[in-house]
Amino acid sequence: MKLRVGQTLLAAAIGLTMTLPAVAETIKLGVAGPHSGDLASYGIPSRKAAELVVAKVNANGGINGKQVELMVEDDVCKPEVATNTATKLVSAGVKVVLGHICSGATKAALPIYNNAGVIVMSPSATNPALTQSGEYPNFFRTIASDDAQAKAEVNFALNVLGLKKIAVIHDKGDYGKGLAEFAKIFLEASGKGEVVLLEGVTPGAVDYSAIVQKIKRSDADGVIFGGYHPEASKIVTQMRKKRMEIPFISDDGVKDDTFIKVAGKYAEGVYATGPQDNSANPLSQTAIDAHKQAYNEDPGAFYENAYSAALALVNAIQVAGSTDFDAMKKALQSSDVDTPVGKIHFDESGDAVGVGFAMYQVKDGQFVEVK
Amino acid sequence: MEYFIELFLSGLTRGSIYALIALGYTMVYGIIGLINFAHGDIYMIGAFTSFIVATVLSIYGFPMLSIIVLAGLAAAVWASAYGYTIEKLAYRPLRHAPRLSPLISAIGMSIFLQNYVLLAQTSDFLPFPELIPEFDFIEPYAHVVGSAEIVILITTALAMILLTLVIKFTRMGKAMRATSQDRMMAMLTGINVDRVISTTFIIGSTLAALGGLLIASHIGQINFYIGFIAGIKAFTAAVLGGIGSIPGAVLGGFVLGLTESFATGYVSSDYEDVFAFSLLVLILIFKPSGILGRAEIQKV
Repeated sequence: MKLRVGQTLLAAAIGLTMTLPAVAETIKLGVAGPHSGDLASYGIPSRKAAELVVAKVNANGGINGKQVELMVEDDVCKPEVATNTATKLVSAGVKVVLGHICSGATKAALPIYNNAGVIVMSPSATNPALTQSGEYPNFFRTIASDDAQAKAEVNFALNVLGLKKIAVIHDKGDYGKGLAEFAKIFLEASGKGEVVLLEGVTPGAVDYSAIVQKIKRSDADGVIFGGYHPEASKIVTQMRKKRMEIPFISDDGVKDDTFIKVAGKYAEGVYATGPQDNSANPLSQTAIDAHKQAYNEDPGAFYENAYSAALALVNAIQVAGSTDFDAMKKALQSSDVDTPVGKIHFDESGDAVGVGFAMYQVKDGQFVEVK
Repeated sequence: MEYFIELFLSGLTRGSIYALIALGYTMVYGIIGLINFAHGDIYMIGAFTSFIVATVLSIYGFPMLSIIVLAGLAAAVWASAYGYTIEKLAYRPLRHAPRLSPLISAIGMSIFLQNYVLLAQTSDFLPFPELIPEFDFIEPYAHVVGSAEIVILITTALAMILLTLVIKFTRMGKAMRATSQDRMMAMLTGINVDRVISTTFIIGSTLAALGGLLIASHIGQINFYIGFIAGIKAFTAAVLGGIGSIPGAVLGGFVLGLTESFATGYVSSDYEDVFAFSLLVLILIFKPSGILGRAEIQKV
C-alpha cells in the first residue's frame, strides 16, 4: 500500500510536469482495456467505439475548438497491469479515461486516477461496489451493475405492483443466490416492504410442493425468484396448481423462451427482468452502421456501451468547458445526453440513470415489455 | 394443523416416487447383490417414452384416459426392454466376476443412457403434457392437495399391493424369494435363475417407468438428467429401509420424503438434503442394515 501511494504521488508529479506544454492544443482521452491476450475481445470493441466517436467529433471541429487525442493503453484485464496503465495515462496528462473493461482491473486502477483527479467511465465493469462503496467519486459507468436486476425487481414489486410482503426464493447457485441477497438488501433498505421468507431450493428435486406450501403460509403477496428457468417453471406451476395467484417476479435467467414452452399456461403473467432492448433507438443503429462501414463487420461486446460512454464524456467536456474534475462531474450528473443505450445522465454514485434492465411479462405466450 | 397436513401430503407424494424407484434397487440387490446404478436412468427412459407416446397420441386427439393408459403401458414395456437388455449385456457376463466389476459396469450404463438420450433427444427441458386432469371434486381442496398428488398416491399404493401379491402368491414370486435366499440352492432345485433375474429387472424397470410417468406429469418437465438425482434419492431410500427388503424400500421412501418435506416446512429448504442425509447416517449408525434390513450372514 505504501508503495502504491508513493507510485501515485510520483505519477502525479510526473503528470504535472508533462501536461503543461500540451494542455492548450488537444484534449487527451485515455482508452484503457484488454487489447491483447485472452480477453482482448472484450476490450477491442470499446477501443473501436472510442476511435469512431473521436473521429466524428474531430471532423466536426473538436470539442470547444480543441481536437481530441486518443491515448490507447492495454491492461490485459489484469489488476497488476492496470495500475501501470493508469500511471502511464496519468503521467501523459490524461484527464478523462474511457475504461477499464474488467471489474478487477478497474478497481485496481481507480485509486491512481482518483488521486490525479481523472474522470473514469467504464462501458463494462459491473461490480456493484465500484459505484456503491463511495470510494471512487471519479468513477462512472454506462452499464448496469450486477445488482441492478435485483433493484429493478424490487422497485417493480414495491412501486408498480404495490407489494408489501415478499418471499425471496433462490436456487442456491452463485447467480441466483447473489441476486436474492441483493433483493433482500434492497427490500429491507426501502422500508416499504418486508422479506417474509428467504430460502434456497435444491435444483433438480422431484417436487417443490413443500416450499410452495411454505410460501403460502408465509402470507407473502409476491415472490421474487433468483435462478434459472427449470426451477422457476416448476415452482410457478406448483404455485398455480395450489391456486396461489400472487405475482412471480424473476430475472434474465428465466426470461427465456424455454420457460414459456415448459411452463405453458402457467407462465402467463410471470414477470422477468431482461436487458433493455435498444434496437428501436436510431442512435444505436447509427453506431452499429458506423462500425460496419469502418470495419465491415458487426461490433463486438460492450460496443454500444462504450460508444455511449464516449459520447457522454465528450458531452460532459463540452458542457463543463474544460476537463476540470468538479465541473465535469457536475456536467455528467446534470446534463442528459442521447446515446445508443438511451437518454442518460449519471446519479450520485456514478451509475447511469436510464440504463439497465427492463421488466417483461408473459402475455399470450410471449415476453412483452411492461411500460 | 392444515399446514402439517399439507406438508405430510407433499412428503407422501415425494416418498411414493422414491419408493417406486427404490423397489427396483432393492429387488435387484436382494437377488444378485448388485447396486444397479443405471436404474435411475431407466426411470428417465420411462419418462421420455411416455412423453413421446403422449405427445403423439394427443396430436391424434385420443381421449385423456386412453392416453395415460397407453403412455403408461408403452413406458413400462420400453423401459423393461432397456432393463432386460442392460442386465443381459452388462451384468450377466460379469455374474461370476468380483463384486466391483458389475458395479463399475452399472455406472458405465448410467452414463451411457444419459448421453444416449442427450444425443438422441435433446439437452433442453421438454414440456411434459399434463396427463392427470384436475378433478372437479378436488377443487374445494385444491389449495391443499392437487389431483395429480392423489393419483400418484393411489397408483403407488396399488402398484405395491400388486407387487406384494406377485411375490407372495405366484410361482415366479416364490422362485424370486428362493433365489434371493440362496442362488445356488435355487438352481439345484431346478429354478431357472437367469429367468428369475431377468424378471426382476423387468418388474423393477416397470415400476421405475411408472414413477417417471407420474412425476413428469406432476411437475410438467423432463430432461435427460432427471434420473440422476431421483436415482440417488431412491437409492438412499432403499439403503435407509434396508437394502434387499421390499417393505423396507417402501418405508425408506416414505421416511425420506417426509423428512425432506418437514425439514423444508419447519426449518429451511436450504437444509433439505442435510436433514435427509443426516437421518441416513443416524439410522445406519444404530441399525447398519437399515430399518427393516436383515443382517447379512457371511455364507461359507
